Amino acid sequence: MSGGHHHPIYRPADTPVHRLPPQCKLAAVVTFAVFVVATPRERLWAFAVDALLLAAVAAAARVPAGMIVRRMAIEVPFVLFALAIPLIGTGERVQVLGLSLSAPGLWAAWNILAKASLGVVASILLAATTEPRMMLLGAERLRLPRLLVQIATFMLRYLDVILDQMRRMRIARESRGFVARDLRQAPVLAKSAGALFIRSYERGERVHLAMLSRGYIGEMPTIRDISATGRDWAMAGVLPCLAAVTALLAWSTT
Amino acid sequence: MHVPDGFFDVPVSVGAGVFAAAGVAVCLRGAKRELDDRTAPMAGLVAAFIFAAQMLNFPVAAGTSGHLLGGALAAILVGPYTAVLCVAVVLLVQGFFFADGGLTALGVNITLMAIVTSVVGWAVFRLITRGAPRGRTALVAASFVAALVSVPTAALVFTGLFWLGGTAPIEVGSVAAAMGGVHLLIGLGEGFITALTVSSVLAVRPDLVYGARGMTRTLTLRTADGDVQVGPAAPEAPSAGTGLRGLRPVLVGGALVAVLLAGVVSFYASSAPDGLEKVAADKGLSAQEKPHTAEHGPLSGYSIKGVENQRLSGGLAGVAGVALTVVAGGGVFYLIRRRRRATDAMAPASAR
Amino acid sequence: MTSGSPSLTVSRLAYAYPDGTQALYGVDLTIERGERVALLGPNGAGKTTLVMHLNGILTAGHGTVEVAGLPVRADTLREIRRRVGLVFQDPDDQLFMPTVREDVAFGPANLGLRGAELDRRVRDALERVGMLDAIDRPPHHLSFGQRRRVAVATVLAMEPEILVLDEPSSNLDPASRRELAEILKSLDVTVLMVTHDLPYALELCERSLIMSEGVIAADGTTHALLADERLLAAHRLELPYGFAVPAQPG
Repeated sequence: MSGGHHHPIYRPADTPVHRLPPQCKLAAVVTFAVFVVATPRERLWAFAVDALLLAAVAAAARVPAGMIVRRMAIEVPFVLFALAIPLIGTGERVQVLGLSLSAPGLWAAWNILAKASLGVVASILLAATTEPRMMLLGAERLRLPRLLVQIATFMLRYLDVILDQMRRMRIARESRGFVARDLRQAPVLAKSAGALFIRSYERGERVHLAMLSRGYIGEMPTIRDISATGRDWAMAGVLPCLAAVTALLAWSTT
Repeated sequence: MHVPDGFFDVPVSVGAGVFAAAGVAVCLRGAKRELDDRTAPMAGLVAAFIFAAQMLNFPVAAGTSGHLLGGALAAILVGPYTAVLCVAVVLLVQGFFFADGGLTALGVNITLMAIVTSVVGWAVFRLITRGAPRGRTALVAASFVAALVSVPTAALVFTGLFWLGGTAPIEVGSVAAAMGGVHLLIGLGEGFITALTVSSVLAVRPDLVYGARGMTRTLTLRTADGDVQVGPAAPEAPSAGTGLRGLRPVLVGGALVAVLLAGVVSFYASSAPDGLEKVAADKGLSAQEKPHTAEHGPLSGYSIKGVENQRLSGGLAGVAGVALTVVAGGGVFYLIRRRRRATDAMAPASAR
Repeated sequence: MTSGSPSLTVSRLAYAYPDGTQALYGVDLTIERGERVALLGPNGAGKTTLVMHLNGILTAGHGTVEVAGLPVRADTLREIRRRVGLVFQDPDDQLFMPTVREDVAFGPANLGLRGAELDRRVRDALERVGMLDAIDRPPHHLSFGQRRRVAVATVLAMEPEILVLDEPSSNLDPASRRELAEILKSLDVTVLMVTHDLPYALELCERSLIMSEGVIAADGTTHALLADERLLAAHRLELPYGFAVPAQPG
């Protein structure tokens, strides 16, 4: 979670994938991920099929492979963990390149790597083709509690403002020769965090006043609404349906 | 700590999802009661703050650094309900907008990082502050302990979930040890930063610290007979009552978690081996060599029994650990409370 | 209906914060329709507290506020907030929606407008501040000056009786400052602007009020007030270095 992750992935373009209503894409990606996780790990071919499906979506959405790979770096900590499993895992041992590895551990590592990677690529594709604002509208259409969506809306609106404040505070610290070496420097960081909290909280209060001043009475008005046709749903449904068929086939051949 | 897809099996992912949804629903109502029509902007801003605060890295030990989870911090600053909502929204945004944390693991992630850390942090904080004498030092110390406890507890719950439906063949004991150990260290950092942050907010705007509500200073009246100390204005009176009431949702929540876990555990214990995954694992590479032979024989009996025993012992160890923590915490609380009663008994004489 | 009443009437307004600090000690002022008035005063004079009373965010401890004849009361708040357009000092506080369009629409949508009428209001308001091109952009992608103009549009969209601006020229570069002045001059609406920027007040407002220690300490033409050095000094107000009030009122 060190910096750099806070830039949304969205890449504007005009492709069929971009044009799909966000609620369809959200539902499709979540269902896809569930089917991938439910696929038995011994059926290697099934994961290859899933990967091909995602590759097809990426091609249709014109999301460059390089960008996907760069973004996949987010799973590195868990990749390291997955690689450790065969070493520390229990069960029957096998010799690979002179190393004694746990056979079930190898399977587990493969399982996590494959499913986590497919999941993360699906999420990247969703985020890359869906404008953040649309994602929130889609979530609302999918009956996520409105209050939760509104909280997320305000959070995304003010994230940059607050990160910017944090950056300025860091520059102020560093321009006075501050370097965080170990826990002894924590008080300084914590003071910044405290100041940041106070600023965030006070801004929340001012935003609330600004809302009241413009007639807010506890309900956010619905200004933009997005509807999806049966065709949209059918198109978005292709990905999870194929993943479902793959998972079923994989199970039936077990 | 963002768990990716594929780390837990489907039943555990779905179960945690249902639990997380229920928890978030409860907190939506709770936060709305507290913040009213300010909920959306206030929680949104605090969520943005948590997101930013999570980017503060602090060095843990040589070479490794941890970052703030922020559940306990948020609970102390804005109250447990809003805290759960804020951290949950942070996780949802990280999952959907930044592809950080698996979508099928959202339930697990929200349960661990939003619900467990906030609720445990808040419960510990309340237990200590209710017993301890009022004052900034006590609040800061309580914040430290609350955050310190919240992180390894989340790690323990992670271990519990792993025992139920983890996909890696690692002994639960070693998972508990590794997770517990690392997260104890991270917890120290978390506690340190949380306490210092709470302290710095207390210094400037004590009114903003939810956990410091009711910590009102005594006022001095200058009269002809000299200075007279009076209690704070009216709203202070029901503090003992609100203390209990404030704690009730936490206790109810804790009981719910326990019941849910117990339910799931017994379900798993009765429905034979959750088998498939584990069996497949034990089958190992031999399955690859002879893919379709119906050789289920070798892995019946003994190996499954082994798994069961191993799970059972791991589970028992986990339960015992939790019980021990509760007993120890309760003991400390009881002692502090008794001491406070004693000082209270003496204090009024001079005050009135 | 209310055409005869002044845009704003405040009489004997007093207020103390819950912690006991009294901020207003009996404010009296009247602003006629179409006037542009500057409210000047040092920090802590009670300007912001007064502004918070104008649309009922704070309710009077004593005294009354009337907007175009309608008293500010709990049961009139909805209409009052339509009539009083408050522009906050930090546009980031005011622009809380994900896009400019939704932000400008927020107010009128709360009034119940939808569809084509809502869209017309939004475009109209943005047109008046010259920001129609930015309609689909997120506010944080705009420059500070642009954000302040959009903030003005968000209240114009509610077609207010009176526009209240808190430090409209703060943090603006000279060009943005001038552009905003031109926009404000072009608006056909009553304006009350709270400011420390005395030349800006002189440029935009015929009349000024000086607020000090919770009361209106002076009320007159901006030109006369700014020319009175002793009055300014008594209320911790200063003209910028090298600035001389022109001999003739502009």
